[in-house]
Amino acid sequence: MKLEDALEIVAQTHSGMVRAHNEDSIGTDAACGLVVLADGMGGYNAGEVASGIAVSVMVTEVAAPLKQSSPIQRDEVSGEELAITLLNNSIHRANASIYQAAQSQAQYAGMGTTVVAALFYDNRVATGHVGDSRLYRLRGESLELITRDHSLLQEQIDSGVISIEQARHSQNRNLVTRAVGIDAEVMPEVHVHEVLPGDIYLLCSDGLNDMVEDDDIQSIVYAMQGNLALAAEQLIQTANDNGGRDNVSVILVKVKQTFAQPRSYLARLLNWLKK
Amino acid sequence: MTAKLILSLDGALIQEYFLSKERMTIGRKAHNDIVIDNLAVSSEHAAVITILHDSFLEDLNSTNGLTVNGVSAQKHFLQNNDVIEIGKYQLRYMNDQVSHTNAADFEKTMIMRAPVLPVQPPADRPGDTGVFNAADLQANKPVATPNAETSLSKPVLPAAAPLAPPVVARAAIQVLNGPNAGKELDLVKGLTTLGKPGVQVAVLTRRPHGFFITHVEGANFPSVNGQVMDGKPLQLKDHDLIELAGVKMEFYLKG
Repeated sequence: MKLEDALEIVAQTHSGMVRAHNEDSIGTDAACGLVVLADGMGGYNAGEVASGIAVSVMVTEVAAPLKQSSPIQRDEVSGEELAITLLNNSIHRANASIYQAAQSQAQYAGMGTTVVAALFYDNRVATGHVGDSRLYRLRGESLELITRDHSLLQEQIDSGVISIEQARHSQNRNLVTRAVGIDAEVMPEVHVHEVLPGDIYLLCSDGLNDMVEDDDIQSIVYAMQGNLALAAEQLIQTANDNGGRDNVSVILVKVKQTFAQPRSYLARLLNWLKK
Repeated sequence: MTAKLILSLDGALIQEYFLSKERMTIGRKAHNDIVIDNLAVSSEHAAVITILHDSFLEDLNSTNGLTVNGVSAQKHFLQNNDVIEIGKYQLRYMNDQVSHTNAADFEKTMIMRAPVLPVQPPADRPGDTGVFNAADLQANKPVATPNAETSLSKPVLPAAAPLAPPVVARAAIQVLNGPNAGKELDLVKGLTTLGKPGVQVAVLTRRPHGFFITHVEGANFPSVNGQVMDGKPLQLKDHDLIELAGVKMEFYLKG
């Protein structure tokens, strides 16, 4: 089953009700099963520039090698599957590009961006994120947050300084502890999850989850799973109806069928021997 | 009301000063906006800079310094009810305005710590910086810093305006025919689903300016007052008649 036929992808972004600029960027490549969302930060238009670089670098860095190579082949350097290596490397490349631009041009100094990306391959999804942009999964009726924010708030919750209830009213929810492009190095968090047909994956910037409760996100995605474009529109509209204080971006990916990577006879044999 | 400073000595009120200018100076000499004629006060002791609803206090290299709420300060972002002490004099800062600039600005995603860079771009709006410079903020006001132990228990930033609860009339739908005839469904949630996801779905959404019905999926499009809907949301009026897959329902507003 080809990836393009197995996945339905919808991506939408909106500047919100308060901000003049949209500093979010989104990118998708259906052929290789990649979706990327970035929420930029920086003065003037530097936020847009940072998130734009992140998305275009990541899409290029992941999509190009996958045209020739299989995502499940082992990478010689990392020993990981190619999909994981590519996703990881692409975040490092994006980081280097943004960091260089920020160093060389004064108006971009200090710019950075969050990213969250999902690469679907072989009935799995590799996820990579930096910062507080999120990935949720709707499976059956339950919505689950797959990523953990790299934010001060999350660290406070983890260390037990504040409760989740207090966190809801906290003022420093927008302080991220990791970002792409602010340093020479970046620490992406990459994981692999099994995928089931019927799953719906939601990537979003904090403009959504700060304005709309998880329960409401769940009811929208669940009720509108038959019409992804409408679901995306409804999520953004709800964020805006609730105040829309930030840019809102959403990418929805629905898994319609399984998409096992075709394996050659030899590869299967080698795989079997490794077991 | 604009913000003001109330000058008092040993609890006795001396005068109120409205922060009507962008920059107001405090000092012993007569040309200051707020004159405190006391030898412990420098000729130009401090300044208060007010931008929209926010005021910042700055010590102008005074000889004896100043304190805010008992803590000596060089620069300080004033909060309602802060008490500035200069010598034996007290200045209470009063501002009952919600700090709009901050509520909005701190919504912005920011990086915890700024890299050391030669040039910082000026913000295109006051406070519209993309980089959260923890060191600066620490100097200005108590704020949570990345090392979690130091100051997390303090409420740090001015409260963002809480989300206004949407002022929408209550509404419900009542089923008019079939086995569920007479059944009433309150539209309390933001989104109410009619039908079964994956098969046939229309949703009723509550928005700030009213209730809407939208066709989501399925071969049957709902009709409102006999008019079959297209793919677009339709705002419902009191006593509209909805029909979906043979089931008739009435939408009505509740007082």
